[in-house]
Formats: sequence, structure tokens, C-alpha cells
Amino acid sequence: MAYSDKVLDHYSNPRNVGSLDKASTDVGTGLVGAPECGDVMKLQIKVNPDTNVIEDAKFKTFGCGSAIASSSLATEWVKGKTVDEALSIKNMDIVKELALPPVKIHCSVLAEDAIRAAISDWKKKQESTKPAEVSAK
Amino acid sequence: MSTDVKTHEQRTSANGIKLPIYMDNHATTPMDPRVLEEMLPYFMEKFGNAASRNHPFGWAAEEAVELGRERIAKLIGATTKEIIFTSGATESDNLAIKGVAEMYREKGNHIITAVTEHKAVLDTCKRLEKYGYRVTYLPVQKDGLVDLDDLKRAIDDKTILVTIMAANNEIGVLQPWREIGKLCRERGVLFHTDGVQAVGKVPIDVTKDNIDLMSITAHKIYGPKGVGALYVRRKNPRVQVSPIIDGGGHERGMRSGTLNVPGIVGLGKACAIATEDMAQESCKLAGLRNRLKDKIMGRLDEVYINGTMEHRLPGNLNISFAYVEGESLLMGINDIAVSSGSACTSATLEPSYVLKALGTGDDLAHSSIRFGIGRFNTEAEVDYVADRVCETVERLRELSPLYEMAKEGVDLKSVKWAAESH
Repeated sequence: MAYSDKVLDHYSNPRNVGSLDKASTDVGTGLVGAPECGDVMKLQIKVNPDTNVIEDAKFKTFGCGSAIASSSLATEWVKGKTVDEALSIKNMDIVKELALPPVKIHCSVLAEDAIRAAISDWKKKQESTKPAEVSAK
Repeated sequence: MSTDVKTHEQRTSANGIKLPIYMDNHATTPMDPRVLEEMLPYFMEKFGNAASRNHPFGWAAEEAVELGRERIAKLIGATTKEIIFTSGATESDNLAIKGVAEMYREKGNHIITAVTEHKAVLDTCKRLEKYGYRVTYLPVQKDGLVDLDDLKRAIDDKTILVTIMAANNEIGVLQPWREIGKLCRERGVLFHTDGVQAVGKVPIDVTKDNIDLMSITAHKIYGPKGVGALYVRRKNPRVQVSPIIDGGGHERGMRSGTLNVPGIVGLGKACAIATEDMAQESCKLAGLRNRLKDKIMGRLDEVYINGTMEHRLPGNLNISFAYVEGESLLMGINDIAVSSGSACTSATLEPSYVLKALGTGDDLAHSSIRFGIGRFNTEAEVDYVADRVCETVERLRELSPLYEMAKEGVDLKSVKWAAESH
């Protein structure tokens, strides 16, 4: 099947490849998919604790070109958004932007899942660290 | 597979190699110019119908068809009357299996095949199951080969046919067809083999190897598409198949339909070239294949060969590149035509059933690439392919969370992966 130019571009020049320190309290990590299914995405966000703005995002993806492009695009889109704004990104937005064919829609679903998983990991960290901060004060 | 329009344009690499490179010779082969040359007169000047018995146009066509028959027979150790022309291997497989099933229905209703067969065999067997036939699908061992003891045990007094391919189209492994033929002969069971990938590549002799029926196609041996043959044994024992296409009674009633004369001329010429060149060519192909394997394995860690290297087509290499998904790898090497066992490259979105049958995990099945080296590939092309594949795997591993986790010492098998949404 033919890939859209945008998929080819993200595949050839993926944005924000890499890893953030997953132990940091400001970092949320989402790991979704499974190797047996042919795609695994790791998406990480670094959130400013005062503004809740996602200041940095990184990804690594095992999967087809569309999966790589979907996660690359997801990191671009979440950067600069607040956590709540990032949660409003829907898989169909990714499908539209990358012109994914129907058989590749699951790649976009996985990217949305990855964003949600990263945010939920970050939120969990905030809940578990807040009481500690209070008692330290 | 990626078929970006740009890949259809001919380009030339820095070191003068014509791109894209074709290395998918198990899917189909380019025609040998010598084959085309012999075919050409049979489209316009010698266009006759081989069944026209009363004028020179028909005679010329018939003569050409008979030469084709002779050349095929010579390559596989058969006689000319044992060659039935068809439209290709799928039809040959259907004719062999359905034809025997119907003809020998009173003798029994049991057929034995293997799980790694081509769909033309598996789906034909599945259809027969609907009509009341019993089919045993033999498993294969880790190396891709059928266990002869399994086969021995599977044969019972209702078994009429064993159908096991000579060479596998994905992993190129050569089943022990001579031993299977001997066993079937001893037990009085007919033996059909799908010889599509093996004929013309490795020596296969229906007489010495006790093969009763064999499917052949032209387009895997540098001949044209749309023409094939079925070998049907005439004596010791005399094998009969019920036709699946009814009509004018061509091919001794087994396959009606006007013969594809130019196609048959091409198939015959392709067989004649193979008879002549096979020994030398298989050495060349094995040399190129081993060069590719050594270059890749010398540079990359965690690459795994699928299927035995010991009993294998000389031009085949099937490798899994751990932590890299096959379709993304194909996308990165889009100036090279190969194929992958990845789900993303199949219509069914399932990874290769052949690799799964070997016990290869789904993760490695998704990571597999099949290289099919053929007559027209060169050493320079092999070197280019090896470099491009290694570069791309390295780049994609940098992008792979699995590779990162493995390098950190995480046991990927012990990770509880998030539930899949598809």
C-alpha cells in the first residue's frame, strides 16, 4: 500500500526519539502494545509541576511505519499543551493528519493510548508524592 | 508492501547498481530473455490451436506443445504422456488433490498434508473436509521439516493421498520427499508434491523419488505467468485424477481447455535451461546467499535464521531481526524488493503461519524478512542489500523500545504487556 508523504516524512525523520528518566517525578511513561501483536510504543512526557504544561516528550516505537509516524506525531502534538489539553487528542485526529488507511487505524489508537498511559503514570506519581511533600514542609 | 510510486522508477545507486533491486524470486522470477525469444513466434505467426488436427497451423502448435512436454519430462524424469498442462500451480494443486479425492473415494477418504503447505494445498484440503473427507495436518519440527515417524503414524487404511511440498515458499526448506515417496509407495498411498519452488532449482526425479503427482509452474523458473503443469504417473501405479474443469476433453480428459501454446513453449524452454544450468546455478546462488547471510550476521546481533540451513533452496534466506518490525524494515529498504512475514504485510493481518508452525514467537515472525536470490542477482547487489539492511535495522533498533529494554536487561517475556486494543 502507498504511504502518505506525512507518514514517510515521520518515518524518515522521526521527531523526539529518545528516552526521559522514568524515575523522575516530573516524567510520565506510557508503554502500550505487545511484541506479539507487532507494535509497542513507549511515550514519555516531562511536565512542569507549576503549570502542568508538557515541556518535553520522547518516544520509541517497535512497529510499522504508520505506528512510528503516529507516535512521532503524538510527541509533537503534546509538547506545549497542558496535561488536560493533551488528553483531548483523539486517534481520529492522527488518522486525519497522517491520512492513515483503515487497516492502520489501530496505530493511531495505540498512539492515543500511549498519551493517556503516560499522563496517567504522571498523575499517579503526583498523587503519591504530594503527601510526602506536605509532610516535608 | 510499500509501493510508493517513487520506487517504481529506475534509479542508479552511487556504485552503479540499478535500483530497485529485485530479490523476491520466490514470489515470481523475471523472464529469461531466451524464454521470451522462443515464445514470441507463437503469438502471431504460429498462433494455431494445438487441437486443430487438419491444417498446418494446428500442426505447428501441436509440435511446439509436444516439445514443451518433452522438455518438462526430461527435467523431472517423467515421460511426455505424464505431463498435463494447467494454468499454474494453484490449478495443479487443486487438480491433484481434488482429482485424486474424487477418483479414489471408494478406496478411502483420508488425506495427509502438513501445516506449512501453500494455501493452494491447505485451502483445497479444507474444502474437501466440508465434503466429508478427513484431513491430517502434520506439524513440522523447529527446523521446518516434517517428522517421518509422524507421517508413518498418520497413514491408516483409509488414506488415499499424502500431499507434502518439496520446498517451502517462505523458508525454502526441503522436505525429505524421497523418503516420503518411499514410505507412501510401501504403504500403497499416492504421493503428491507441490514442486513449485524446487523444480529447476534442486534435482527432483519423479521416478527415483517415487512421486505420483507433482505441481509445476513456469513463473518461478524464469518462464511466463499463467502456465503450469501437473505430472501424473502413468504406470507403477497408473494414477488417475477426475477433472475439475469439464469441456473438450483436452489433456487426455484431465484438463479441458485450449492449450496456452506460447506459455507452454515458455515453460518448456525454462525447463530446458534449468536442465542445462541447474548444477552450476545452484552453486552460484548458494554462494550469493551465504555471502548475504555472513555479511548480515557478521554485523548485527540477535538475528535468527528461520528453518534449517542444511536442507534448503540455494537462493533462500529467511531471517528474523529481533526488536524490529518487518514492515518498517521493508519501508526503510524500499529500493530492495523482498517480503516479510509480518502481519502488517499480509492481507489477513496475521503473522506468517509458516513461521508460527516452526515455533517462532509472534514477535520474531513480525520481524522476519524473506530474501529470494535468483538467476539475475549479482554479488554487487548482495553487498548493497546487506549494507542497506544492516543500516536500517540499526536505525530502527535505535527507535525500538524493545531493543532498549533488552539492552537494559529486561526479560521481554516476563513483561506484562498492556491489553491490546486490536
